[in-house]
Amino acid sequence: MFGWIIKRDLLLAMRRQSDVLTTLFFFIIVVSLFPLSVGPEMNMLRTMAPGVVWVAALLASMLSLGRMFSNDYLDGTLEQMLLSPQSLSLLVLGKALAHWLVTGVPLVLMAPILGIQYDLPAEALYVLTTTLLLGTPVLSLIGSIGAALTLGLRGGGVLVSLLVLPLYIPVLIFGAGAVEANMAGVGFNAHLSLIGAFLLVSLVFAPWATASSLRVSLE
Amino acid sequence: MAINWFKYSSPASFYFLAGKMIPIFVFAAVILLIAGLYVGFFVAPTDFQQGEAYRIIFIHVPAAWMSMFLYVVMAFWAGIGLAFNTRLSSMFATAIAPTGAMFTFIALWTGALWGKPMWGTWWVWDARLTSELILLFLYIGFMSLQAAIDDPRRADKAGAIIALVGVVNIPIIYFSVQWWNTLHQGASVSINQAPSMATTMLMGMLIMVLASWMYSIAVILKRARVIILERESHTAWVAELRKKGAEQ
Repeated sequence: MFGWIIKRDLLLAMRRQSDVLTTLFFFIIVVSLFPLSVGPEMNMLRTMAPGVVWVAALLASMLSLGRMFSNDYLDGTLEQMLLSPQSLSLLVLGKALAHWLVTGVPLVLMAPILGIQYDLPAEALYVLTTTLLLGTPVLSLIGSIGAALTLGLRGGGVLVSLLVLPLYIPVLIFGAGAVEANMAGVGFNAHLSLIGAFLLVSLVFAPWATASSLRVSLE
Repeated sequence: MAINWFKYSSPASFYFLAGKMIPIFVFAAVILLIAGLYVGFFVAPTDFQQGEAYRIIFIHVPAAWMSMFLYVVMAFWAGIGLAFNTRLSSMFATAIAPTGAMFTFIALWTGALWGKPMWGTWWVWDARLTSELILLFLYIGFMSLQAAIDDPRRADKAGAIIALVGVVNIPIIYFSVQWWNTLHQGASVSINQAPSMATTMLMGMLIMVLASWMYSIAVILKRARVIILERESHTAWVAELRKKGAEQ
């Protein structure tokens, strides 16, 4: 069932590739706007890069949250999922994972190229990609709570950002912090461990909170 | 004599109990506020380091305490409402949120006013300031989620989930911000080691804390009463109340 839902969501995403590409291009455009707004001085860009890439990843991941449940909600699939004897938390975990595969992984793959634009050294590029790889699933998992709560509401998209962005802050701090620590010549293992801890905690609790939010929203 | 506490978990009987309690708390709040401000502004000595500017702590510290405490209370009542499906608990959580947000705002605002003469800047990205700001975001998220949902029962439950998620996250956010701050070494100010206070200063502050408590209770009860009336407007007892009001 878990595998089935991932496969189904991936298939749906493949049929509508424009959605995936829109998120990716949003990410690229936001990152490319910063040099235009603050000037092309390389030293400054290098120090800004981790923060800029991370904030853009946060926004891109958040903007695509609306799609996580809304299509299934509109055509009634979600209701059937709620009625199914399978554990709803597991289904939700599958959907969050599919969301990460569709939106998170392209961001992770794109990040090193954008890092080169900002003249990051090779090792920092590696750290940036690793932190994004660990951190973007947390964004999808926490975001699923917000997406479930705002299902079918007026102005749900803006509301999701109000609910979810404050909760993203720890991931942002340690994700960007790891890259900065690496560039300053300090160890970044502690940062990675903490992001890993966030991932484990959100893997356990977020699907459960999302499942109860879905029950509330579809009552 | 055993009191049946559960009687007051019904909105109808709580409405009248709250109506009797509000004047008491308003009275206590006014008395304590006057006493606290008097002690704060006339009795407490001038601080030899900070001069007169320190007196803002008589408002700032109580507001900061209340802002954090009220969030926990709000999440507690919201959680009770979610778990036991008690309407009044959820109404209470809804009633607490605006007061908590107001205290958070006051804490930030007075902090900025104090920071300007002391640190020479309105705002520093200190760990405490930043987490207080994030707390304000959490309050705003809770209130706007509830405002966006038309069905009150769904609003209660959705609000409860986001409040509980927030309460789990507050320690994580707080420690992240603190660690981030020590990493950056940005602001060279430290407000961690508070200088020992004169007794009268401490007294003034504690009286002000009590005043904020009384004020919060009074305002929250009042707001809960309004929410009860709004949600129970279809019931017989509210209709009767309305008729009585029209006759007077």
